[in-house]
Amino acid sequence: MATWMFYILGAITVVATLLAITQRNPVHAVIYLVNSFFALALLFFLLGAPLVAAWEVIIYAGAIMVLFLFIIMMLEIAPGVEADRYGPNWLQWLPILLLAAALGICTLLLTGLDPVGSNGVPHWYASPRDFGYALFKEYALAIEVVSFQLLFAAVGAFYVGRPERKSKSPAGGDR
Amino acid sequence: MTEQLIMLGLILAKLGLIFIVILTLAAYLVLAERKILARMQLRYGPNRVGPFGMLQPLSDLIKLLTKEDFLPAAADKWLFLIAPGLSALTALLTFAVIPFGPPLEIFGRTLPLVVIDLNIGLLYFLGLSSLAVYGMALGGWASNSKYALLGSIRGLSQLISYELSMGLAVVPVVMMARSFSLTEIVMAQAEIPYALLNPPAFLIFLISIVAESKRIPFDMPEAENELVAGFHTEYSGMRFGLFFVGEYINLIILGSMLTVLFLGGWHGPWLPGVVWFSLKVLAVCFFFIWVRASLPRLRYDQLMHFGWKVLLPLALLNALVTGAILLWIGQ
Repeated sequence: MATWMFYILGAITVVATLLAITQRNPVHAVIYLVNSFFALALLFFLLGAPLVAAWEVIIYAGAIMVLFLFIIMMLEIAPGVEADRYGPNWLQWLPILLLAAALGICTLLLTGLDPVGSNGVPHWYASPRDFGYALFKEYALAIEVVSFQLLFAAVGAFYVGRPERKSKSPAGGDR
Repeated sequence: MTEQLIMLGLILAKLGLIFIVILTLAAYLVLAERKILARMQLRYGPNRVGPFGMLQPLSDLIKLLTKEDFLPAAADKWLFLIAPGLSALTALLTFAVIPFGPPLEIFGRTLPLVVIDLNIGLLYFLGLSSLAVYGMALGGWASNSKYALLGSIRGLSQLISYELSMGLAVVPVVMMARSFSLTEIVMAQAEIPYALLNPPAFLIFLISIVAESKRIPFDMPEAENELVAGFHTEYSGMRFGLFFVGEYINLIILGSMLTVLFLGGWHGPWLPGVVWFSLKVLAVCFFFIWVRASLPRLRYDQLMHFGWKVLLPLALLNALVTGAILLWIGQ
């Protein structure tokens, strides 16, 4: 059963990601990508890593994609007027409906298999506590290195985006 | 087999009860807000439909259901249709992890008064609250209207900013309770609620959830006098109703989270646990309404500065200090 679900979810992830890179409308692309992240999160959950699944949703679907959406909307890249040229665009929206339906079914199956979350614990199950210990004890050095890389990126972004000195506008006054 | 059937029946009854109670509570919260706001502004508020206007939510519902469901010509149809549902659904789903009472004994069986006690319950709440942004963002974008789009953009930036400080304010709680499970967090507060143990985290969380609920003084996404109605300008009928109900369900959820994380959940003397929980949640909701009646709206840049330059560093510092103290005590 779990194997089947793994393949269904894997297929959904691949199809949604493919749709995300082929869509012309950036907002639709973002939604497909969110869909694929959801499938990924469910995969992690299925493999016994609920913490990683939660992070996948919080960080990727909930924060990074929202940021993407924010930028797309702020720059008005999205072809908004184009929508009504196609009339009722059922065909255009069929894929996302199918994907959402498949994801919904998988979610139902997952909860149906193990409604209380007690008897279906796989032997490779990683509780948040074990996961935290592994992350910050065994792999502490690697984590530090990676986080330093993020710090460099943040400092670099700050440097690139610093206010020009000659402009009279108050620093940080633009958003 | 019968054992399982009885358990299934109990669980279904619990689900149905929660669903009905939440929706009714959300509807009456609207009435309560209108009444309390009116009293604070020296008016009467709705008092025509039924005794004391008690049937007002019902008549509002009938009105919303029978109104025309308008679809703007240039809208992105599917997204426009889906967005209100997303908004209400994410709000409703969050209640799944909130424990609203101590485990109940029925016919010799223990029934936990929570839909599912996930060991990542807190992260589930954070995940859904970050997904709640999509309903608003997509609704505003799909309407293809300048006001709605502006409202969405403001809402997006506001929610991303305040989600960070909200998440960081919760970190000390997790450190003190040593668990992500909301039931265990409530259990850990049997003696002293965390609002007293860690007031800075409580205050930061409180301010952040007011911002998360998109209410005055943080109601930039739907500032009436600048943006018509913000992201739901183009919505009518029950689709608008879904946004509206979602907002009030969200209010209940955020009140419950504050109760669970900082106010000791169902713990309290004399009264049964469920009553204490409801009282605390309603008190938080009243506080939200009170804030709305008393404070003016912040300007957009003030809001962003406050979030990034004050709340976020404070929350980080608080997490650091709490961790240090916990380590020191532990030694």
